Amino acid sequence: MVQFFLTAGCDSVGHAVRKSLLAAAWFVFLTFPLMVIKVNTIENTVVWRWENMGYVAVSIFLGSFVWRWLLARKELKEDNANEETSAEKLLTKVQSHPVLKYSALAVVALLAGLYPQVFDLYQTNIMISCLVYIVLGLGLNIVVGLAGLLDLGYVAFYAVGAYAYALCNMHWDIGFWYMLPVGGVLGTILGVMLGFPVLRLRGDYLAIVTLGFGEIIRLILENWGDVTMGPSGISNIDRPALFGVKLGITDSTIYMYYIMIGLLVFTIFCVNRLQNSRIGRAWLALREDEIACQAMGIDKVKTKLLAFALGASWAGMAGVVFAAKTTFINPASFTFWESAIILSIVVIGGMGSIRGVIAGAIILILVPEYLRDFAEFRMLLFGAIMVLVMVFRPQGLISAKRKIYKYNDTNTAGAANE
Amino acid sequence: MNNPVLNVKAVEKDFGGIRALDDVDLVVHNKEIVALIGPNGAGKTTFFNCITGIYTPTGGDVLIDPTAEGNPRRINGKKPNVVTELGMARTFQNIRLFPSMTALENVMIGTHCRTKSAVWGAISRNKATRREEQAVIDRSYELLKLVGLEKYVNDLATNMPYGKQRRLEIARALATDPFLLLLDEPAAGMNPQETLDLERLIVDIRDQFSISIMLIEHDMKMVMSMSDRIYVLDYGRMIADGTPREIAENPAVIKAYLGESDD
Repeated sequence: MVQFFLTAGCDSVGHAVRKSLLAAAWFVFLTFPLMVIKVNTIENTVVWRWENMGYVAVSIFLGSFVWRWLLARKELKEDNANEETSAEKLLTKVQSHPVLKYSALAVVALLAGLYPQVFDLYQTNIMISCLVYIVLGLGLNIVVGLAGLLDLGYVAFYAVGAYAYALCNMHWDIGFWYMLPVGGVLGTILGVMLGFPVLRLRGDYLAIVTLGFGEIIRLILENWGDVTMGPSGISNIDRPALFGVKLGITDSTIYMYYIMIGLLVFTIFCVNRLQNSRIGRAWLALREDEIACQAMGIDKVKTKLLAFALGASWAGMAGVVFAAKTTFINPASFTFWESAIILSIVVIGGMGSIRGVIAGAIILILVPEYLRDFAEFRMLLFGAIMVLVMVFRPQGLISAKRKIYKYNDTNTAGAANE
Repeated sequence: MNNPVLNVKAVEKDFGGIRALDDVDLVVHNKEIVALIGPNGAGKTTFFNCITGIYTPTGGDVLIDPTAEGNPRRINGKKPNVVTELGMARTFQNIRLFPSMTALENVMIGTHCRTKSAVWGAISRNKATRREEQAVIDRSYELLKLVGLEKYVNDLATNMPYGKQRRLEIARALATDPFLLLLDEPAAGMNPQETLDLERLIVDIRDQFSISIMLIEHDMKMVMSMSDRIYVLDYGRMIADGTPREIAENPAVIKAYLGESDD
């Protein structure tokens, strides 16, 4: 055991030590400007913090052993790649048992219901944005996870939903509840509009075009000042009113939270049913093998457009919620960074897996929030988490599992003879 | 005299300056097993791609007549999914299953063009959708059983043994309800016993579903014993056609396969 730990991935202990020394030296060199040199701008002196160099060297030296050990362990496991992790096993077990399933669901529902009562406004706000990202992730999951179309401009649909509500609210005072479905429909229309020109594209090419599309929408919002108010954005957007009663900040945040929970449940319900339907299977087939998919009689054009349209509709609705929640929007909220985060949620969570997307959103949205205490190291840690997930769970945190269908065996005698 | 279900007339296919198919004629009658043979690179798979819509032929006509009633329909340039809907289903030389879907789901995909539940049906799961879904599942399972894969129902296609994957492709193609099944080297990479089983399966399918079958195959023993007629393609030209016996004795075919001695 100790032997395995020391020599994991190496020929001998000596080799391992040499490798670790090299890694330590390299990291010392890399982190030298950051960890050792400190310029005191008041006294105009340079402080040399040599002790930090020692810490880096020792921690990297020891850390590299752990790293190699983890890698080697992963490699051993890879031989039976279909083996589920213990967490997945637990999930499957809970799901396959109706009593456990419903009690687990009840606990989750209870926790979600009590959340804004237990925690303060700040926590509730964070949770709302996390829920918005879960919905966005589930929407993008249709396009990327199920249909396998790499969409880097997803935030465009989100922006359209948000601006639709903001503008309609500003000019004509149209309420949130009217605009929620309208946002969804606008997203759908835009999804089809994007879908048409990119039907022939695949993989990298599709990614580039959608990336451009996302930027076009942002640039329009930024530069078409007469309509969109340009970079200064739109403020004083109405929060949703409860049966015509305007609520204070605290109450409306809590109300918003429950609206978001409702939207999320609706999204999960729809996506879950879609992915196990005739259409969902067509999406999967399209992702797996486009030529075979067409040869099996699936209309590629229809299937792709449907994926774009349905995926975008959820972004449109999430956009309306976002505008209502923040009461202020400007183009800076809809940069490529947002698309990248939503895509990361889907990839890290697990392509095509609803539970995975939820886990991914919780990690990618909540972790940076709670890491605010670490100030400038926040994004560094965020990046480290992403790298670790990709190295050790490339298929995502919770990978998608295929549904087991129940079939009627009309001729059991034939099967029994086998 | 019954009318042909597939009638290919003078089909040509050019890739740039290269003529891959030149004036190819081919006829398949109802309930016939027709083999298309020829040396490597003769254009057999190109021919398949041309008639199934993956390529558009440069010239000529591809006519189909699913019911063999004598009113053929031209399908040049139709998309692959339309061709499949019209009733020609194919398998691929290098297996093209949907690897991370289960065997059952692979077959279920085949029924796509014969079913019609859409978004609303999928979300509401109304009665019609549920009935259709169950019918699809049951039929797919039946087809899996027919090709002897009931053991693998819920296994991912990628985890199945090679020979079984070939059978799964056949089941998937059958699920589209074809009048003509096109098999591109179905026995490639199989051992003699598996090939024999496959031969039995193909004849079985023809008898049970009353459909026509056309196959590309290199295994001459299999081709000779099961085909009703054989076409031979060489350098994009059809050099011979006839019964297995005629083909075996045809000098042009022997020349194409074995070459000609210099003296």
